[in-house]
Amino acid sequence: MERRAIIEGIANLCLGVAVFFRFCITLNFRSNVSLAERMPLRKVGIVGVGLTKLRPTTPEVSYKELIFEAAVKAYADAGVDPRRDVESFVCSSEDFYEGTSIYDEYVPDQIGAALKPVCTISADGMYSLATAHMQILTGLFDIVAVEAHSKVSDIVNIAPIYDLALDPIYTRPLGLNANFIAGLEMNRYLHDSGATSEDCTRVVEKNRKNAHSNDLAIDSANFESSSDSLDSISYPLTRNDVAPLVDGAAVVVLAAEDAARSLREDSVWIKGAGWASDSPTLETRDWDKATYAELASKQAYRQAKIQNPAREIQFAEVDDTYSYKELQHAEALGLAAQFSAHKMLNQGVFDLNGRLPVNPSGGSIGMGHTLEMSGLVRVVELVKQLRGEAGKHQVQGVQTGVALAWRGVPTASGAAVVLSNR
Amino acid sequence: MFVKKRVAVVGAGMTKFMRRAQETGKELAFEAVRQALDSCNMRIQDIESVALGTAPDAFDGVHMKGEYLLDGAGAYRKPYSRNFVGGGTGVFSPIHGWFHVASGLYDTCLVVAEEKMSSCLPHPQAAFLTIFDNMIERPLGPNLIWIFALEMQRYMHRHKIPKEQIAQVAVKNKRNALDHPSAQIAKAVTLQDILDSEVLAWPVQRLDISPVSDGACAIVLASEDVARQITDSPVWIDGVGWNLDTTYWTNRDLYFPRYVANAARMAYSMAGISNPRKQIDFAEPYDPFDYKELHHMEGLLLCRKGEAPKLTAEGVTERDGKLPICPSGGLLGVGNPIAAAGMMKICELFWQLRGEAGKRQVAGDPRTAVAQAWGDLMQIGTVVVMRS
Repeated sequence: MERRAIIEGIANLCLGVAVFFRFCITLNFRSNVSLAERMPLRKVGIVGVGLTKLRPTTPEVSYKELIFEAAVKAYADAGVDPRRDVESFVCSSEDFYEGTSIYDEYVPDQIGAALKPVCTISADGMYSLATAHMQILTGLFDIVAVEAHSKVSDIVNIAPIYDLALDPIYTRPLGLNANFIAGLEMNRYLHDSGATSEDCTRVVEKNRKNAHSNDLAIDSANFESSSDSLDSISYPLTRNDVAPLVDGAAVVVLAAEDAARSLREDSVWIKGAGWASDSPTLETRDWDKATYAELASKQAYRQAKIQNPAREIQFAEVDDTYSYKELQHAEALGLAAQFSAHKMLNQGVFDLNGRLPVNPSGGSIGMGHTLEMSGLVRVVELVKQLRGEAGKHQVQGVQTGVALAWRGVPTASGAAVVLSNR
Repeated sequence: MFVKKRVAVVGAGMTKFMRRAQETGKELAFEAVRQALDSCNMRIQDIESVALGTAPDAFDGVHMKGEYLLDGAGAYRKPYSRNFVGGGTGVFSPIHGWFHVASGLYDTCLVVAEEKMSSCLPHPQAAFLTIFDNMIERPLGPNLIWIFALEMQRYMHRHKIPKEQIAQVAVKNKRNALDHPSAQIAKAVTLQDILDSEVLAWPVQRLDISPVSDGACAIVLASEDVARQITDSPVWIDGVGWNLDTTYWTNRDLYFPRYVANAARMAYSMAGISNPRKQIDFAEPYDPFDYKELHHMEGLLLCRKGEAPKLTAEGVTERDGKLPICPSGGLLGVGNPIAAAGMMKICELFWQLRGEAGKRQVAGDPRTAVAQAWGDLMQIGTVVVMRS
């Protein structure tokens, strides 16, 4: 007995030494670890959100008026005066969607930003949110507003615009339509994961059903899947699987901790924000999984100190430009093991009343896709849930949620944010 | 004001500015990135984040140009985003990169600015026709040169400046550029050459304007601790400022760029500069047109309103003068690939403040300098103050 105790003692000692050396090695590598892990970051909260109703067409207002509506709502929600209190503004746009070059020229007036620090990030609104987050972390500003919008109804035909995003030398001459590329990716994903087209239709049904109870969602939430919409437009992608494009505008106001606490008691805190890109060329990227989403969420989780997202995240708003993307993105976010999202979906885990609701708002499939604003809509929905203001689609007792944006075909770029009401 | 981390520029690279029909935008970006990394003995693996600046997609006819340039800019599988504030993009890009490092989120950030205008045929001016308000202005078919002619006219009228004093800027900058290895239209021209050149829209003449160019620039930013490991002579970004005026340019007095002044005040206050005329050793204001250099000197509060032409006439702004302006040769001499042109000014500050500018080196061991760019509808000012 005694001998055994001695052996155990020696074993423990060896283990201790090994752990100590491992610790030293870790310390050695500290210089390669980002600053975020070494020093506490300034706490940044979301103090105001403004979102217009999302509609397929808005002929009675210009994009400026749409944005003005969202801005007025957000500033009223935050209790700030943009001319007096907001110190910096970050906008989101891509020229070709606007039909205007250097669209940055047209952003300041309707958001109250003239003669103030204003910049445009040519990406989804969630990137702009992450940029505003960085601006506050530098200590340069305490209150920053973020804007994104979609006036897609002004675009006569969007397909040729998507085509212009392809590499002009290698891939554009092939005449690959965006939905065709999505169909290829969907096929690959279904093949690898064992999910079926029916699973994807199930995503559509879930999101449309969720959108029923979302006041800001378009009427197409009442849409019944007809045989017509099940025809594939690029096998196995059907019309059903594609989120419809809609108009709208969103403005979000961020504030550093002190300012946030003085503005409201129920600020929603940004725990982490990340963004990343896989290869821009179709030929050299991962097709079976959303690597960009994995990298972006890893960054966000690291800042948020989340080790096990499947347990620590209670609900998610993820990009569902195409139905299969919701499954792929849920896996990339670590909410489901790789290739198992469809199983969780079929078990009802992702339902509004499930264990881990995904897109309780209805997502882009239910609410409509809003180009570069889609990610910011996900953020607004997260905030509403975390404040307990989501109304009929409220998920009970949530504290932490994650949102994911994807920039759409043909990009492999996305952003992720983790928000919490604690 | 509390700023978390001091940020340094540790490396810089720049392609030759010219018509680069052989290279794609990706390749131009790659060339600049390669040079910047080599200049500080770093590898792309050492870079934690990438910030890109590039101006209108209409030049290349590529939608989401930032996504297209991604791999050339070294951003594969990295946090990567593109900022875009029109002509101000070049100097906003290092500010965008500064957010990454100063926020404490990243230790290093690669900042890339690329522009390829030559693929816009027959001339990039056609792309600029699409920058105007689609309802109010575009039906009139306005042209960039016209609106700058309006601004120039207003500036000249307000301060009673003769055209000769303005043309002097083009003479100086084109001559300064003779010493720049990347310059596109460096030339020893006389005042008379400028005044005799073709009138495009009075008072703008052909030699008052910078050329169409292709090119790219890149710099490497690092946080203080990391910068000191990389180099013994980091150059610090001590002040950043940017400011956007109203879209309705027709409703404001164009004689003075108040947005540039606001941006400059923001950057100066951050850098602890109370008297820029005394504390700035040299400056690289944005000079796509010769009058803009003067306009921007006043906007940067380096002289009184209307005083810049006099300083130029007195030789104060020459490279060996008391306040050298555009010692690089500026856009008028080196070239104007929009976003890359602004970053060229940041590169020039870096080289000058490290004493590495060779024949372009300004005398007197400069310690503090300011670079500025301008863009949109005569609307945005972006300002960076750097110190050695």
